[in-house]
Amino acid sequence: MNARLLPALAVLIWSLPALAVLPGEMLSDPALEARAREISQDLRCLVCQNQSIDDSNAPLARDLRLLVRERLKAGDSDQAVVDYVSARYGDFARLKPPFQPNTWLLWLGPLAVALAGAATVAWRLRRRTGAAAPAPPPLSAEESARLARLLDGQE
Amino acid sequence: MIAEIGHFALVLALCVALVQATLPLIGAARGHAGWMALAGPAALAQLGLIGLAFAALMHAYIVSDFSLLNVAQNSHSTKPLLYKISGVWGNHEGSMLLWVTILALFGAAVAACGHSLPPALKARVLAVQAMIGLGFLLFILVTSDPFLRLDPAPLNGNDLNPMLQDPGLAFHPPFLYLGYVGFSMAFSFAVAALIEGRVDPAWARWVRPWTLAAWSALTAGIALGSWWAYYTLGWGGWWFWDPVENASLMPWLAGTALLHSSIVVEKRDALKSWTILLAILTFSLSLMGTFLVRSGILSSVHAFAVDPARGVFILALLSVAIGGSLLLYALRAPALKAGGLFAPVSREGALVINNLLLASATATVLIGTLYPLFLDVLNAGKVSVGPPFFNATFVPLMIPMVAAMVVGPLLPWKRADLAGALTRLALAGALTLLVVLIACWQRGGPSAMALAGIALAAWAVFGALAEWAGRIGLFRLPAAESLARARALPRAAWGMTFAHAGLGVAIAGMVGASAWVDERILTARPGDVIPLAGYSLSFESVGEATGPNYTARRGRFTVSRDGHVLGILEPEQRHYTVTGMDLTHAAIRTSATDDLYLALGDGDGSGALTLRLYHHPLVPWLWFGGLMMVAGGLLSLSDRRLRIGAPATRLRAQAAATA
Repeated sequence: MNARLLPALAVLIWSLPALAVLPGEMLSDPALEARAREISQDLRCLVCQNQSIDDSNAPLARDLRLLVRERLKAGDSDQAVVDYVSARYGDFARLKPPFQPNTWLLWLGPLAVALAGAATVAWRLRRRTGAAAPAPPPLSAEESARLARLLDGQE
Repeated sequence: MIAEIGHFALVLALCVALVQATLPLIGAARGHAGWMALAGPAALAQLGLIGLAFAALMHAYIVSDFSLLNVAQNSHSTKPLLYKISGVWGNHEGSMLLWVTILALFGAAVAACGHSLPPALKARVLAVQAMIGLGFLLFILVTSDPFLRLDPAPLNGNDLNPMLQDPGLAFHPPFLYLGYVGFSMAFSFAVAALIEGRVDPAWARWVRPWTLAAWSALTAGIALGSWWAYYTLGWGGWWFWDPVENASLMPWLAGTALLHSSIVVEKRDALKSWTILLAILTFSLSLMGTFLVRSGILSSVHAFAVDPARGVFILALLSVAIGGSLLLYALRAPALKAGGLFAPVSREGALVINNLLLASATATVLIGTLYPLFLDVLNAGKVSVGPPFFNATFVPLMIPMVAAMVVGPLLPWKRADLAGALTRLALAGALTLLVVLIACWQRGGPSAMALAGIALAAWAVFGALAEWAGRIGLFRLPAAESLARARALPRAAWGMTFAHAGLGVAIAGMVGASAWVDERILTARPGDVIPLAGYSLSFESVGEATGPNYTARRGRFTVSRDGHVLGILEPEQRHYTVTGMDLTHAAIRTSATDDLYLALGDGDGSGALTLRLYHHPLVPWLWFGGLMMVAGGLLSLSDRRLRIGAPATRLRAQAAATA
């Protein structure tokens, strides 16, 4: 019962009705609403198990969704809205962690692993082809004669 | 009484595991045939005993024996039989018991089918298996006993979480565990090979079927879990980069790499040391996945401390298993002789790229999953790592992986001509371009990411077909000749074509689900007609319905297109009476190319209901592609080259016959 138990338990934390964004919350301007949805997908529902506020039906997520829409109506840019929320709730509220000293390892780690792996492969291939370079000793007279017979189809 | 027999059987299994983990190992070291031979019967005895314990727990669930704490907490007498059975593994204690049952199953399979294995290798493999079993059995008996009694017994149980009462979820954990535990075979073979100090193509051939079986099961398990999330959670998402999902994705990625690198060991006697390391890492990730989820550490660092005995035991077990095997690797791997040489552009080279990218992807998921935990423990801040992070890091690694996947099988071993291989893919490339143009025209200039995804999907499918067509000389040779060649094609080759094309099909589904989804959220009342993506849904009525252990509000919608009625959708909002929980049960209409997805929400009191409606193009392909990958794995598993033992034994038999 592995991979799903936690989200299933998290249901207990979600409030009961199962729909997230409700018709009443939505902005009448479709362009603004689309931006609100985009932003909501990158903001974490703080009381949930790894859910965005767009996916969650917890009351707090609803409050945050309304807040995002309020800020957008006030004319904030997308980045300004995210900054506004993370200024109040911390980096924890951002599903895309900012690039800063305590996340350098997070953002650069995958790249570092891939580069280190590629370098190791390149180094080993070079070393091994280098080791293989010494040509095999030339054929002895007897071997050459046998090869000639073989090529002639006599053997 | 039956529960006590089950409990006692577990204790006996622990004793047998202790014997199986030690004596055969000593026997193998000293060349004592009798001690080595002990491993086989011991493994069979373990299966019998652990199977008995599992059956005892299942019996308690089926007859609803609420005098068992575990049953009382997770079952209810009104629960349908299927969920009484699946409830056995729908909780911590039971799922751990399922884990060791599957472990015992694999051990017994080696004991029963491993006739071609050299006795010393067989003894060592089974001894390592028993060590794993020892750890898990101790864990169950000491901290997670499913057979604890309750006095007085309650009249009824607390019921299973309604989200888990679902056929998709009934089969998801067994498949997942078949995968996780299946990788223990590769691990045991790797550790045994390290102890022996010998890895050769025959070894790779023995390991391969187990890895294939585990990989197929894990693929099926992940696909089932994702499908379940899709239709249950009510908004049509299928992957959330949730730590719990990542825990199953990591062994899958590493296992995929292992599957490919072991081909190189088998065919070319190269990459041996790396393959051994991958086998160890894959199972370590499986162990970590099991325990990350089981310990509760993912939900919060503090949950770990709620039950210190369990947490500390888990940590100790992980350290011993992973640390011990890696230490053995560090000591013994340098002694492994390097095998066949190859040029960078070659089949081997392509498989190295595959391994490099898959290993980097595994590391990416690992870093992303553990990073918040790591910062929290160090008190260095709280961050969330969600889908945007993985989309930005994981996806760029997968793009070259899939692109290279198509070219690799066309390259010969040792040294290859890249230009020649690409020429043979010219048609596949042209068709890919065509698909991208059609997608552009159909969807009206979709995002670059979606286009890249569709290009990749088409490239994978057409590339796999091109490779297959090349093998059988389709259109190049007379049809009869091609047919004869297709018949003679090894099952493993068919398996590869299926699995590679299946990945392409699944990618198309992913693109459809994430980039081309059409969503409508609205309030409607009976009589309303709602248009969506060419379909029209008419809201007929809403009424009450009753299930075995829930009551529901059920809506009735007629789906039509161009005036033709296509079907009825009946989404429900269920209320589970025992747990008091509500659950949406979405109604989905699946066609060959799209899904219509409808979830019911609350009423506003005036008779109108909130609805969520989605049109998901290509989504069915996601599961179909997964199915193709599983089929590919199973086809490859049925290859007769894997069933008849290693060539060495046949050669020896031939030599004996001619002598």
